[in-house]
Amino acid sequence: MVVLIPLAKIAIAISILLFIVTYLVYFERKISAWIQDRIGPNRVGPYGLLQSPADVLKLFFKEDIVPSAATKFVHSLAPVISLTVAMSTYAVIPFGPDIEIFGQKVRLIVADVDVGILFILAFASIGVYGLTLSGWASNNKYSLLGGLRSSAQMISYELSMGISVVGVLILAGSLRIYDIINSQQGWMWNAFIQPIGFITFVVAAFAETNRLPFDLPEAEPELVGGYHTEYSSLKFAMFFLAEYANMIIASCLITTLYLGGWHLPFIDSATLSYGLMPLISVMIFVAKVLFLLFFFIWVRWSIPRFRYDQLMNLGWKVMLPLSLLNLMWVALLVYFFKI
Amino acid sequence: MAVKKRKKDLHFFERIYLVEIIKGLLLTLKHLFKPKFTLQYPEEKIEQAPSYRGRPVLVMDNGKERCVACGLCSRVCPALAIQVQASETEDEKERYPVLFEINMLRCIFCGFCEEVCPEEAIVMSKDYELVFTRYDDAIFGKDKLLVPVEKLKDRLEFVRTQMRK
Repeated sequence: MVVLIPLAKIAIAISILLFIVTYLVYFERKISAWIQDRIGPNRVGPYGLLQSPADVLKLFFKEDIVPSAATKFVHSLAPVISLTVAMSTYAVIPFGPDIEIFGQKVRLIVADVDVGILFILAFASIGVYGLTLSGWASNNKYSLLGGLRSSAQMISYELSMGISVVGVLILAGSLRIYDIINSQQGWMWNAFIQPIGFITFVVAAFAETNRLPFDLPEAEPELVGGYHTEYSSLKFAMFFLAEYANMIIASCLITTLYLGGWHLPFIDSATLSYGLMPLISVMIFVAKVLFLLFFFIWVRWSIPRFRYDQLMNLGWKVMLPLSLLNLMWVALLVYFFKI
Repeated sequence: MAVKKRKKDLHFFERIYLVEIIKGLLLTLKHLFKPKFTLQYPEEKIEQAPSYRGRPVLVMDNGKERCVACGLCSRVCPALAIQVQASETEDEKERYPVLFEINMLRCIFCGFCEEVCPEEAIVMSKDYELVFTRYDDAIFGKDKLLVPVEKLKDRLEFVRTQMRK
């Protein structure tokens, strides 16, 4: 039983992740189409719902091309790093309060780590290696530029991201994600208490996930495909999967750190029956995450890409001071109001 | 880097991006719910205007072609796509084409054949779906070219009024 429950959790978490990623791609295409007054995929299956499985199948059957000048081992290693990192970050994200199954208390999290936030930040940093190594190993100038850009971008934005998170940690007094969520009951959402930190974190999350206003590592018009120019078949699929998995993780993180996790101001745990509460909590959490995912896609099809110097200016001259300002604001709040 | 002067200085709210970004997001959100332009092609098709130049067809009047096999269309055709072989008939028009073939791989849809035809016997139709799997299929004989006059009314009307023949 001790082994079975974590294994079951891992299986459920990974299958849910893969399922959401598959349909996230579908909805990305649908929403982009709707925003551009088009209809979007609607040929494979009813409403095009089988489009993503068809795409995956197609990628399975594609030839796996490795450029002859590439560093073969690293070239194969890079997508694995990207995907492994993206998936293992999932382990420390809780998606509901404790529940009881067959008299056993089960936490809706794969690994309840004391240093949850640190774990996520550390793994997000490892994720850069996937992109940078793929850019370098492909032995292609466009890939290399994409990889270099991704590392520069990650370094610049991880800083402001980390400092924004410190604000949250001061208020929660713990690195454990459960404690952070429970410190945001009622109206005490961090998004309301520290709006500047919220904005800097969201912007940094966009940069970390390489989503559109900051998708310089792949910047199709300039760099062909960026770091994954020389990838095909399942290796490309792994990068693709990692990108969307990162998006889900970023949404989960924003929800847990700033939007109160599964807490909603109007829903009080006292008024609801005990059995129903976990279900509603999970639904609230999922709804918030889904909204954020929609927001990610929505932003992608609304805002043009930053230029490289603008990106660096924004990262170092705007985001960093702003996140420091937020840190001071939170420190003052704690000092004077003892929240 | 030299600082360039803008034509119009941005004010504070424009410079912090956020307000402008929200404006842009609202614009795209509006489009999310707008009716779509896409035409579901194989199921839905556009009704072409009479001025549309689809594949050339022979006009069939009372079960027979109007064509008198003068060979002008074949002469004028810049792509050399039309082949006509004339023969005699008991009808009033005295001549008719035994063989009338248009090679649809050569045809460039210029409409010269229609313009030059003295009998209004060859006109451009609205048919644009031409798919062949073999070269032989692309050579349209009389069986494929003959179309009853009722179906070509608006094109004939267009030819008479707009092209002032």
